This record gives sequence, structure tokens and C-alpha cells, in this order.
Amino acid sequence: MVVVVWGVVTITFFVARVIPADPVAAILGPQAPQDAIERERARWGLDKPIHIQYVRYISGLLRGDLGVSLRTRRPVSEDIKQFFPATVELGVAALIIGIVLGIGVGVISAVRSGSLIDHTSRVFAIVGLSMPAFWLGLLLLLIFYHTLGWLPGPGRLPYWYPLPPRVTGLLFIDSIIAKDWFALKSFLQHLVLPAFTLGWLSTASIARITRSSMLEVMHEEYIKTARMKGLRESLVILKHAFRNALLPIVTVIGIRIAYMLEGAVLTETVFAWPGLGRYATQSFLSIDFNAVVGVALFMALLYSFCNLVVDLLYAYLNPKIRYV
Amino acid sequence: MRGLTWRDLWRQIVRNPLSLTGLSIIVLLVLLAILAPYIAPHDPFATDPLNKLTPPGREHLLGSDGLGRDVLSRVLYGTRISLWIAVLIVLTAGVFGTAVGIVAGFAGGFVDNILMRITDIFMAFPRLILAMAIAAALGPSLTNVVIAIAFSAWTVFARLARSRAIAIREEDFVEAARAVGASNLRILVVHILPMALSPVIIQATLSMGGIILTAAGLGFLGFGAQPPTPEWGVMVSEGRTFMPHGWWVSTFPGLAIMITVLGFNLLGDGIRDILDPRMR
Repeated sequence: MVVVVWGVVTITFFVARVIPADPVAAILGPQAPQDAIERERARWGLDKPIHIQYVRYISGLLRGDLGVSLRTRRPVSEDIKQFFPATVELGVAALIIGIVLGIGVGVISAVRSGSLIDHTSRVFAIVGLSMPAFWLGLLLLLIFYHTLGWLPGPGRLPYWYPLPPRVTGLLFIDSIIAKDWFALKSFLQHLVLPAFTLGWLSTASIARITRSSMLEVMHEEYIKTARMKGLRESLVILKHAFRNALLPIVTVIGIRIAYMLEGAVLTETVFAWPGLGRYATQSFLSIDFNAVVGVALFMALLYSFCNLVVDLLYAYLNPKIRYV
Repeated sequence: MRGLTWRDLWRQIVRNPLSLTGLSIIVLLVLLAILAPYIAPHDPFATDPLNKLTPPGREHLLGSDGLGRDVLSRVLYGTRISLWIAVLIVLTAGVFGTAVGIVAGFAGGFVDNILMRITDIFMAFPRLILAMAIAAALGPSLTNVVIAIAFSAWTVFARLARSRAIAIREEDFVEAARAVGASNLRILVVHILPMALSPVIIQATLSMGGIILTAAGLGFLGFGAQPPTPEWGVMVSEGRTFMPHGWWVSTFPGLAIMITVLGFNLLGDGIRDILDPRMR
């Protein structure tokens, strides 16, 4: 794990520094005089040889210092703290949609295997997995915002409305603390389309794995036994079949959480959602390298952490695997 | 592949309605890509200021964009770009990943350890993020998209090839080759590589859909092809400015991405069903 983290830092550091473009020149603009560029480079320590920059960066990192963003002029760790909560909100909402819809559709498909519902949902799942998230987002905006006017457009709140005082950074909780019911309602309305866009892919893959895993379990002997004991069908399905089908489902859910980081980048761009994904895109586009390394590192850690949690959950659910 | 020959696989692909549909879509797209210059009704780059944003109709079947360019012609030319870069990426990632994998699996021990730790490091990134970082560093262009995505996609092939190489290493014919004095390089290239190749080729097919999506995503975000290239992701992004009145500018290139990815996903699903009947 430590090796992986070190590798991630090293790779992103060198990828971000060994670049043809000069970020300082990019930020100061093409008309900037040479001495101003030199001064700025010295200020950020960019005039030093690369191995010295690397040692400095690593020692800063060990103190929890990710450096200062060239674009926002604030510490990268502050930026991450500011933008991450919006991504968490979006991700949690998307995950709830994905799990509830995905498992629901998957179980029904498996129980009514071969029926019209089953075929329809399978077609939906495979078409869903082929849709680019950014395009789905635009279509949803076109239909529900531009044409029908049922839901608000991009952003987290109307642009003219002041944000409730920041406590957790999660707008859902902050607006409850501030008893700002308008903000809460508006936020939830703004959340629907992006959450659905991001959750859609997960819905499709969770539905698929739930279906195949349930089908496999439903053929087992103990399901027949449970039925022969005269148990109610709903009990057989939920208690006997579903619990045993859960293992691969949990794995896929874990994989989807990790994938959400990617989806968030695209979804947040489409919906102007002020989260980490949008911050990442903007910093990457302006080659703001402290931010690039910081965000990439943060995302890689989060991603590895998700995978670790999945492994542990897997071991917990499957008594055949025990890590010692 | 458990005793399944390529001919068996082909026969089953053609018999399975899902994979047959997928295959037909892909063949059709390849034809469209090859024939684009002959069937496109307009020059994909020709602007026409007097006919900006004409809705789909007789003159422009899928409408025209903000500069009066024909959306249909641009989508058709986009097929060439998307398929071509996807093939390049799969080839680059496949060749590199397989090389790393069979060397690691064959050598074992220290070399294996080092190579697999490097693979782990690359796998610790969400793929799009790594590709974005590399594309941003190299500068936005189609060539760099190929490099960036190949960088984030080779790990799958490395792991696969490694596990095959480990299995094959223990086979009798490898022992026999060694006994008659074959060099390590010869054993790798002549004996292990061909045996490890079939799962790699299948994995390449399975990866195509995801790779096309990632490439389009990079284009959409501004890390890939640049306007006026008729790349689908770029076209969707350009069309955003004309929402909602010029909805066709974004909608049709997006639809093209979806159909292409669907083709590869259907084929991939079919192949997976054939190889692992439990998933059916």
C-alpha cells in the first residue's frame, strides 16, 4: 500500500512536471515580461532542478502540505476540502439510486426470468452501459429542463440565492442546520438530474449482476428445500436466495463506487456542479500542477480505499475467505 | 479458452442473437468509416454562414451546426476517428501489457514482483483521471489521447498475460524446449506468446467499448481532439452552446457513440456468455 501511494505520487509528479507547456506563462498571459515570469518561477520554486523540486514536494507531502494552486492561489488541500463535499453529495445520491433501482430491477428480472419485464430490463441495462454519461446528462437537461421545465438546470442552487452558512460543506445538512427550507428544496431539485446521470451506469451494472447472481442461487438445492418446507415465496426469495446472492452484488457495488469518481468528472462538467471532478478538469486543463498532483493523489487514495473496503466486506460476507 | 477453437467461437458468435447484432453493428460502422468520403453528402469542414443551425431536413439530414457544417457528414467522418483511435489504443495497450505480463509471469521472482508493483500503481488510479493527467501534460491532440488511454489501459492485459504465462511455464513442452537448449527469449516468443494470445485478443474486444467511451469523454472535456476535428466527443461539447434550440448538434454525435459502444458491448457479452455459460 505504501509502495503504491509513493508510486502514485511519483508518477503524477513527473507527469505534471515533464511538460512542454509552461504553466506560469499560461497563467500570466502571453504579454507577460520575461522578468515577471522569472520572478514568478522563482517564487514557486520552479527554477530549481527537478530532483530538488521532487524532494521538496515529498517532504511537504509528509507534513500534509500539497502545495499552492497556481490557478486559485490557495493551498490545494483547502481547495479539496471545499470542493469534495459536493462530490460526496452527488455520489451518495447516485449510489442510492443505483443500489435501489439496480437491485430492485435485478431481483424482479431473476424471479420473472424470461418474461417481458426481464427482457425489457436487460435491454435497458445493456443500452445504459453503452451511453456516454456526458451525453445522457445533456439529454436529460434538454428534456426535463429546457423542454418540460420540470426541473432546474445546472448548478447546486439558483445563482442568485445565497448559500447557507458553511458548516459541513454538505448543502443538504447545512441547509437543515440553517433551517433554510427553500435552499433544501431547491438543492434536492437540482440534485435529481445529475444524480440520475451518475447513478444510471451503476443501476445498469448492479441490475445485471443481481439478476445473474440470483438466477444462479435460485437453482440451488436449499431453495427447493425452503420451498418444500412451505415457506412463503417472498421469504424464500428475500431471505434464502437474495442473501446468498449478495456476494457478487457487493463486489460490483464497490467497483461502481470507485468508478463514480470518473463519472463525477463528466457529470459535474455537464451540470456545472461545484465538486472535485470539475475542479480536477479545470486544474488539469490549465496545467496547474500542484492541483493536478494533489487531486490525482487524493482520488487514487480514495479509489484504493474503496477497493480495500470491498475486499474487507467480501471477506466479512463470505466466511470461506478469512484474512489473517 | 478450455478447448474452444477460434472456429467454434466464431460459429457460436454467429448463432447467438446478441453477439450477432453486435458484430453486425461493428461491421456496418467499419464500412461507414471506410466509405465516409464517398457517402458523406457534404464536406465535413465546409462552413456555410447562411445556413447555420438548420434543423434536420432535406438539405441536411441531421441538421447543420453553429458554423453551418453538415452534422451527418461530420458524424460519418467521426466514425473513422473513433474506430481508428480505439484500435490504436487497444493495439498499443495490448502489445505493451502482454509484453510486461509474459515477461513477469515467465521470469517470476524479483522481476515479477517489480513489474507487478508497477502494474498495481497504475491500477490505483481511476482510468479517466490518469488519462486526463497524461493528456493534459502532453497537450491536447489525438495522438496524445492514444498515448494517455493506452497508459491507463495496459494493466488489464499485463495481468491476464502474466497469469497465462505462469500456467504455460509449467507445461511439458516448455520443459522440452529448454531441454533441447532453447534460449529464454525463444521460449518466450515461440512457445509462450502464441499460447497466451487468445485471452488477450478476447480481452481486447471486451475493452473496446470502454476505450471508445473514455476517448469520447476526453474529447468532450477538452483533453482530446480539438475543433474543428469531427471527433464525436468534441462535437457533443460544441453542441452544448446551442441547447436547446439546436439540440441536433449534440444529440446525433452522442447517439453515434452509444451505437458504437453498444455494438462492442453486445459482441463482448456474447463472447463472455460463450466462454462462461454460468453468466447467461
